[in-house]
Amino acid sequence: RVLSGTGYGGIHPIFLERGLLLLVMLIFLEGTALTLGAASSPDISAQDNTGGHEHLDDHQGIAGSNDRTNYTYTKKAFPVLSLDYHHIQVPFEISLWVLLASLMKLGFHLIPRLSSIVPESCLLIVVGLLVGGLIKLAGEEVPPVLDSNLFFLCLLPPIILDAGYFLPIRPFMENIGTILMFAVVGTLWNAFFVGGLLYAVCQIEGTYLSQVELLPCLLFGSIISAVDPVAVLAVFEEIHINELLHILVFGESLLNDAVTVVLYHLFEEYSGAGEVTPMDVVLGVICFLIVSLGGIAVGAIYGILAAFTSRFTSHTRVIEPLFMFVYSYMAYLSAEMFHLSGIMALIACGAVMRPYVEANISHKSHTTVKYFLKMWSSVSETLIFIFLGVATVAGPHAWNWTFVSVTVILCLVSRVIGVVGLTFIINKFRIVKLTTKDQFIVAYGGLRGAIAFSLGYLLDKDLFPMRTMFLTAIITEIFFTVFVQGMTIKPLVDLLAVKKKQEAKRSINEEIHTQFLDHLLTGIEDICGHYGHHHWKDKLNRFNKKYIKKCLIAGERYKEPQLIAFYHKMEFKQAIELVESGGGVKLPSAVPSQVSMQNIQPKKLPPPVAERALPQFTKGREEEIRKILRSNLQKTRQRLRSYNRHTLVADPFEDGWNDFLLKKQRLIELEKKMSNYLTVPGAIPDSPTMCRARLASDPNAFYNIKASSDGVPTIQVDLASPQSPDSVNMLNEFSKEGATGQSLGQREGATGLGQREGADRDEDQGLMMKPAGKGEKGEGGNKNPGLMRCLSDPGPSNEDEEDEPFLP
Amino acid sequence: MGALQSLSDEPEYRELAEKTGFSFEQIGILHKRFKQLSHNEDMLRRADLDTIPDLACNPIRTQIIEAFFDKRNFHQNGDGTVEEISFEEFLVVMSHFRPPALNMTEEQREKVRREKLRFLFNMHDTDNDGTITLEEYRHVVEELLSRSGALGKETAKGIADAAMLEVASISMGHMEPDEFYEGITFEHFLKILKDIEIETKMNIRFLNMDTTTLCNRDSSSIR
Repeated sequence: RVLSGTGYGGIHPIFLERGLLLLVMLIFLEGTALTLGAASSPDISAQDNTGGHEHLDDHQGIAGSNDRTNYTYTKKAFPVLSLDYHHIQVPFEISLWVLLASLMKLGFHLIPRLSSIVPESCLLIVVGLLVGGLIKLAGEEVPPVLDSNLFFLCLLPPIILDAGYFLPIRPFMENIGTILMFAVVGTLWNAFFVGGLLYAVCQIEGTYLSQVELLPCLLFGSIISAVDPVAVLAVFEEIHINELLHILVFGESLLNDAVTVVLYHLFEEYSGAGEVTPMDVVLGVICFLIVSLGGIAVGAIYGILAAFTSRFTSHTRVIEPLFMFVYSYMAYLSAEMFHLSGIMALIACGAVMRPYVEANISHKSHTTVKYFLKMWSSVSETLIFIFLGVATVAGPHAWNWTFVSVTVILCLVSRVIGVVGLTFIINKFRIVKLTTKDQFIVAYGGLRGAIAFSLGYLLDKDLFPMRTMFLTAIITEIFFTVFVQGMTIKPLVDLLAVKKKQEAKRSINEEIHTQFLDHLLTGIEDICGHYGHHHWKDKLNRFNKKYIKKCLIAGERYKEPQLIAFYHKMEFKQAIELVESGGGVKLPSAVPSQVSMQNIQPKKLPPPVAERALPQFTKGREEEIRKILRSNLQKTRQRLRSYNRHTLVADPFEDGWNDFLLKKQRLIELEKKMSNYLTVPGAIPDSPTMCRARLASDPNAFYNIKASSDGVPTIQVDLASPQSPDSVNMLNEFSKEGATGQSLGQREGATGLGQREGADRDEDQGLMMKPAGKGEKGEGGNKNPGLMRCLSDPGPSNEDEEDEPFLP
Repeated sequence: MGALQSLSDEPEYRELAEKTGFSFEQIGILHKRFKQLSHNEDMLRRADLDTIPDLACNPIRTQIIEAFFDKRNFHQNGDGTVEEISFEEFLVVMSHFRPPALNMTEEQREKVRREKLRFLFNMHDTDNDGTITLEEYRHVVEELLSRSGALGKETAKGIADAAMLEVASISMGHMEPDEFYEGITFEHFLKILKDIEIETKMNIRFLNMDTTTLCNRDSSSIR
């Protein structure tokens, strides 16, 4: 009874909190609606910044009740407090929308089980509908939130950049033929099929649509036929489909942009001026090539520029991430300037710069890049869906049953025919064929989204009198695909038992074999004597390694083969996990602790091997220890540094510290063995770790011999101290310098040395009262670099070698 | 083309096609290549493969060449290596890289998978004792990194050790400190690579038409 009681008590506040939060959100939603509705018209397009203060007062009058309370009106006297909403209106409203979007996203994930039933995109559209409805209820004009400029210049780029930057290059390139086929031929087919048949339907008597001409129909078809990356991303990320299908649908949605752009401009151009000659068709094809290849070229150029710039940013780490974003945005804008495909430019830019930038920028900057990309794209996505809802409420609608229903049906039919037909052709060329299930998912996953709406919104009212009807049909189609298809695709995937995505975490064995396979297949192709896919990939890789990497990657890292880079990354991750998990005892998952090195090492080393291994091995270890100590010294100094605008204070992840962590991880094996021998005089027989440690050192006893003959008791200090300040940094990353006794305790706790040493001691306490020599020297080392140095390393601490950018 | 069609009538070709699953055209092209490599001899030697210029910069060149002379890859019982191989054996080794068929049952898929992985396993297991020992694995990784110079040598060991640890921990679970993990058996090998869809990856495109006579590449009706 007690248990259930506490359980209830534990759960209850959570629900209460959630309820409260939801309430806050609801209130906020209402408030937002009122405020946004009140000051709607200028909104983000910000046309009437110049508008004087005359009509401002009316605005303030409506601007919500809470605003009015602050309003103090003084006649001539000095205005102690005045309200100038107009002054901050635009940024204020932008922030309000963003806040609304973020809170909605938050709320969505707080409601249990909701996310497993309804896709987020659907819910957000509903929220948008509600907000729009509230604004309308408040008697205000609904702002043109999904304005094309806003959409294409602000909302879309983050999503596409995110997609491009994290594009899984390997599956993308392996399936590029199929993707292009779907994106180009498929979209063309869809556009003409839908447009043509719609025109035919419009000519039927009794539909009252006979005024609709062929070209507007085709234009409509080209708008409606493109699969939308935003919608696809939103839905496919939730269903965790296998990599192949994901990349097929998603790749298509990215690459069909060029086709849509060209068709759109082509039809828009000619629907004013009648006839289309064969010449125009040829020009259209050329235009398509220019738009797509030009977009890619622009993106690639900016990507290379970004990579090149990142080569030199090692002294100003804080602005590193900015370069990536600005260059990508510039790529997008430059492409849009020439009416090239901005989406393709962004994709190319992101994909090109990623490998080089990743190698150049610091770990922290890279994390920042990743986070910013994800944050921006998810906020954009949320906003887009909310705006879709709002725009639905806002827009003038012209509902025509025939037109709308025919559109929806034709879209479905053409998609199915297109996919099945194209797969039939593609399968003849593919090594891995697409099954019927795959085809179904590809066809069913063709969601339409906000891009279509924005393109429709761009249409000129005078040229296209049926614009409102088009918009209504587009919105209906979007709603149909997002709601019906988006909601049913997940159960269908489960029902059909389509292969799901595997765990993204790759093991080192898989990486080795992926590389091995690459070389093997290249070799077999060479023996077969024809140059296939693998041969050219190999050539490209070699070229990349030989020339491009050298130009774009700073320092020595360009030499690093992929496998080694992967290994280092993995080790680094483990090192972080290790420190974060707060103990050295438990090795992280990828190399679990229950199997240790001696389990796989041959028991009896043949004497010649051992002799050869001995000096090499220990020397390397010694060097590592020295290096660590050296960087440790530097760190003591850094910690005393004052505020610096260009760096964050003492950054454990920066450059040298990367290596430091890696090496530390490698050291742990050795350290276990050594500390066992050197720091603990009497064995504590019951501690399992100890047992392991001792056993671990048995076959490799030579480490200890070597080590103790070298520096005798000092080594133990060396081993203890390099770890500890580091873990402090991990834990109190943002806390200021000056490690207190408490944090010392923490840091020792984190290393797990304490546990190893005194299993009987209370953790925090025991760490404070270390075995005399150890604790004191650990501290003394920090305060007295001289001592440390003489203990550890005869040479002076060489700072340049460590590549520490923020050292004076 | 005419020559190829006449070739397909030969009973020898029919037998080969049945055995390896290649089409007559593919066999014809591969035969041509075989003749070219062996300088019109009936048997192919290591030296012939060594001289392929494109292969020269492949880091695992020796292992690839060895695989062609490894009896275990000939679908026969027996092990050890041979000095020279006939066209049939060449073809059998090549057939490990044939793309899978469109509609396979789970069993067939598993069979293909095992076959392909067995080929890889044999490449690693040089002494044919059924396990990949640490030494052998280190050798594999070293070869893989052999093109990256001195930098690779040291790391290769570390990588192989880490990989071995991983295998041991995945396949054995908990191990007592005095236990010894001898090496990767084939079952463990299957287990650690289960996430790599080897049946869809370890394939190359075999041509159906001779590209030296016809410029366009056409691989229709692979099956």
